[in-house]
Amino acid sequence: MNPVVTRENEARLIEIRDSMSEQVVSREVVVGMSQGLHARPADQLAREARKWQSRIELLSDSQRVDGKSILDVLTLAAEAGTRLVVEATGPDAREALEAIGSLFDRNFNEQERNDGR
Amino acid sequence: MKFSDFVATDAIRSHVDAHTKDGVIREMAQSLVDAGSIAAGDLESIVKAIMKREDLGSTGIGRGVAVPHTKHPSVNRLVGTVAVSHDGVDFESLDGEPVQLFFLLVSPPDRPGDHLRALENISRQLRDEAFCRQLKSAKGPMDIQHLLEEADSHGVAS
Repeated sequence: MNPVVTRENEARLIEIRDSMSEQVVSREVVVGMSQGLHARPADQLAREARKWQSRIELLSDSQRVDGKSILDVLTLAAEAGTRLVVEATGPDAREALEAIGSLFDRNFNEQERNDGR
Repeated sequence: MKFSDFVATDAIRSHVDAHTKDGVIREMAQSLVDAGSIAAGDLESIVKAIMKREDLGSTGIGRGVAVPHTKHPSVNRLVGTVAVSHDGVDFESLDGEPVQLFFLLVSPPDRPGDHLRALENISRQLRDEAFCRQLKSAKGPMDIQHLLEEADSHGVAS
């Protein structure tokens, strides 16, 4: 029996195709700066996020905010040691996630370091 | 954290005279001295520290808002104040727009969490454009105080 491409099937196929061009990638990051995610790193983060076409969002336990908005990022009030998830959605999601992730990995180039480092 | 937890009511200014970044910061710090929130002898050192922070990157975060701040050992709790410039001041803001609304914060060096929670409250409230607009058009310090109180009572700020 030949499979029949019904209207319903066709709609589903298109949906799958769309979701494939719209990459969603995410990773966990830790706020390593002793002062937390304060104004300066929040600015750096939003600036980096705006370079990319993809939507960049930050997720905490209770919030999901726009990574391209410094006001949004500041509402996380993420203290030192806070775990966040960065989620990128769009055509350049992978590259964007790598760039944002590396800001956290480098502690946003803050001079001072946490104890024991 | 609420506005009432850190804003020194007597230091609120609805019309700053200064037209420069340095001038506004000085005027706001002086208003904290006048309100008894910081000591007169610490004024210069606090102004200098805030300007040094600005050199690292403007705290003009866009939408006509700036959050000049510093840590300073002379305070044992977070103190701050609010000021409005009707003409707007060039603050080298991130979006290049002149700043009309200022929140100045001085926090103890060992309390980074309080500073973050004050920033959180300010940024959360400022996402409301009507609130921003109303603050910028305040006629007197009492108007600002009432707007902050209203925001405190509506907010879910922790």
